[in-house]
Amino acid sequence: MGKVMLEVRELTTKYITRFNEDIYAVDHVSLKVEEGKSLGIAGESGCGKSTLALSLMGYYFPPLYYTSGDIIINERNISGMDPDEVRKSILGKEIAYIPQAAMNALNPTQKVINFVEDVIHAHEPTATKKDIYDMARQRFEILGLPAEVLQKYSVELSGGMKQRTVIAISVILGPKVLIADEPSSALDVTSQKMVIKMLRDLMDRGMIKSMIFITHELPLLYNVTDDIMVMYAGQMVEHATAEQAVFDPLHPYARGLMGSIIVPESGLRGHKLAAIPGVPPNLKKPPSGCRFAERCKYVTPTCRAVSVNMREAANDREYRCIFAEQELREMYKNE
Amino acid sequence: MNDERKLCLSGKGLTKVFGLGRQKTVAVDHVDFAFHEGEIISIVGESGSGKTTLAKMLLGLIGETEGEVYFQGVKRDIGSQKKKQNYWKQIQAIFQDPFSSYNIFHKIDEVLLDCIRMRGGGKLPHAKKVEMMTEACSFVNLKFEELTNKYPFELSGGQQQRLMIARIFLLKPKILLADEPTSMIDACSRATILDFLMQLRDEIGMTLIFITHDIGLAYYVSDTVYIMEKGKFVESGSADEVILNPQQPYTRRLLNDVPKIHEEWDLSTV
Repeated sequence: MGKVMLEVRELTTKYITRFNEDIYAVDHVSLKVEEGKSLGIAGESGCGKSTLALSLMGYYFPPLYYTSGDIIINERNISGMDPDEVRKSILGKEIAYIPQAAMNALNPTQKVINFVEDVIHAHEPTATKKDIYDMARQRFEILGLPAEVLQKYSVELSGGMKQRTVIAISVILGPKVLIADEPSSALDVTSQKMVIKMLRDLMDRGMIKSMIFITHELPLLYNVTDDIMVMYAGQMVEHATAEQAVFDPLHPYARGLMGSIIVPESGLRGHKLAAIPGVPPNLKKPPSGCRFAERCKYVTPTCRAVSVNMREAANDREYRCIFAEQELREMYKNE
Repeated sequence: MNDERKLCLSGKGLTKVFGLGRQKTVAVDHVDFAFHEGEIISIVGESGSGKTTLAKMLLGLIGETEGEVYFQGVKRDIGSQKKKQNYWKQIQAIFQDPFSSYNIFHKIDEVLLDCIRMRGGGKLPHAKKVEMMTEACSFVNLKFEELTNKYPFELSGGQQQRLMIARIFLLKPKILLADEPTSMIDACSRATILDFLMQLRDEIGMTLIFITHDIGLAYYVSDTVYIMEKGKFVESGSADEVILNPQQPYTRRLLNDVPKIHEEWDLSTV
């Protein structure tokens, strides 16, 4: 078992609306990422994936507030830390974050090298321009980006190139955890592949120690990460290895999600896509029982009444359902 | 190709050139195609391959530089506004971004009533119109009672896209052109949207044209696939033929770039 890079215990964060209602977008989520491992987070729009990413950084701004739980990065608890302190000592060094539209983060009036200088100066004020340039060039070349990119303005680069440039800059200090929130969703398939290859390279070369990858595209997650966690309505509902989560999901929602995968392989045309009816619950007033009960095929009166906790199954996996693993498998078999 | 089926939409040497002289860009370059009635067709290509330009020409939103479009075997004539409107009764579209497809000042009732009027139902009694709208909404699993007097922007992306399909249900066009209908929607709603489109095809027997960069989606939905590269069709044929046994290097590359789950994804080829 490798060294634990990021550990989150029962993290809860909320949004406060302008009518003073609390919305718990991340509700008692626990996870662990070890050195050299990557974790994928899947779920439909609005299930709290991106809020979880923001919460993990410990960088809270209204309307997002920290409520309870621990975030431990590299044996250092950062939960409840002052945002300014987080920016100075955590971001970039310990945790790096790539949002979906990262390519829009580049100021069009600055050359790429200026961003690199900014990042390094913020943490090492004594570094000289020449050192920074040499280091940046070397880094960019390892990652397959031509060194000329450093002297260009962001508008001169294509979308995929911009995205890769942003990734290269954000990991230049060698963060312990990289959080990538839909880094390739806005790109076409060829650029997407380049971004994925770059993330793999970063892991293989040890430039980042671990990664959290967020997307709603399951085939992509399956190919990129070691473990997959499925979220629904702010809660974690399934946590397993990528192989198990895709081919043998336990939670009915995870199963529905896996049934909607589209890949160009023979055999796809034969089966019908599984669509999950209904919409997720409104988190202003979450249901008291299982949050998936309204849309679940196997719902029982008990599901609606009692809230369900994560339970453990064989092979170190976890899921959130009142049925035991054996019962679930029986039900799926009879479909 | 089976010639017994009735020809619905076809084109010969269709070309679109933007700009002049040195600025000239050939977006669509002499493409030939023949779409049959009730067929599901996918046009697949990367960004910038000319898919959307071709779609706009098929819809008559932009004029062609060269070549002809034939509708049901007859040369298409959309010279006047009136003729255009008549053409649009036959061909309709669903676009990529549902959030910008609606007029934000029009309520949902207005959106649907417009469709009834276009089909010549403007003089029907109000109760009948409501009945038609309710039927259309329930077809896509929306409740008209909950939608009436609301604006489209109050709905989620998936719901807006479904409302678009409800519109098509009322209009009953001969051809539906769907330009990346699911690319802005997450994977779970995608299955629902595709399901409704398929049902609609069976219900009113229309021709469906998908424009997409997702080769997996193209394989799942379509009978015939056209692969487009730099304004030209490089490969076409039945979905099984093209996807499972691609002949062109471009098609192979596209297939290679998509992550798969039963086969190894080769990352070394970028």
